[in-house]
Amino acid sequence: MIRLDVAVVAGGCVALGVGLAALVVGLPPVAGDLAGLVASRVGDSGVTHPVTAVLLNFRAYDTLLEVAVLMIAALAARALPAEQAEQRDTRPGSPVLEALARVALPLAILVAVHLLLVGASRPGGAFHAAAVLTGAGVLLRLAHELPAHAIAGERRASLLLVAGVAVFVAVGTGAAGVTGHFLGYPPAWAGELILLVESVLAVSIAFALWALFP
Amino acid sequence: MSLALDAALIATLLWIAGASLTSRDLFRAVVLFVVFGLLLSLAWARLHAPDVALAEAAIGAGLTGALMLDSIGRLRRKRRPSAAEKR
Repeated sequence: MIRLDVAVVAGGCVALGVGLAALVVGLPPVAGDLAGLVASRVGDSGVTHPVTAVLLNFRAYDTLLEVAVLMIAALAARALPAEQAEQRDTRPGSPVLEALARVALPLAILVAVHLLLVGASRPGGAFHAAAVLTGAGVLLRLAHELPAHAIAGERRASLLLVAGVAVFVAVGTGAAGVTGHFLGYPPAWAGELILLVESVLAVSIAFALWALFP
Repeated sequence: MSLALDAALIATLLWIAGASLTSRDLFRAVVLFVVFGLLLSLAWARLHAPDVALAEAAIGAGLTGALMLDSIGRLRRKRRPSAAEKR
């Protein structure tokens, strides 16, 4: 006996899947050779890894909006009322978790910085570095080393959240003053500007993801 | 050889996805979701997209899994507030 609601949801999923598959198969071929275009202009981007060149330079606008959406989501999550004191988990943290957090935190910071720097030439970058940092932050929280309510009301915490988008917009506007295009980095400075934007983004994104763990 | 690997990967992905969606035990569903994310990052790696594979493993499997496990713990505490106090 299959329940009606389950059957409806399953049927809808199958219909959506088949429809999407039909659409994707029927898509016209991409106009122009995008991969070739990127490969021919990657020298102007300031980085050598084509994915980073697209995300942080050629299509930096998309990344800016993506980070802005993440920032708004994190701000909204922070605006939710904090957990009542009596609902808090007041059990002492596990000593095993605490020891693990102490070993893992410096390693995570090292790996995050490596991922951030390596993004210029190989897979990596701000989002990956931020995810690793957030992992370390979540571990700290589970070990009760850094409880959420300790920083919930901190104004500086919100500044950290906003810093990524603010610096991104400032760099983009500054670039517009030089090249005339918003986020159009001058090739001579592009590498340094991308590294600056990515460094601030990594901290901001890590904090935004971490803020989702109440 | 690689074709067999890809076919096995696709079959396992679909199977794990179905198992995760239909599991009655929330904890089991989340663990299956994390396994699904890790397998999906393997699929991205097979598609020569290491950037997406890295992001999927870190954010899709790791952080989302942790967030959902945290939610389960919270739900359980809420359902049994007296039990949480006693422990």
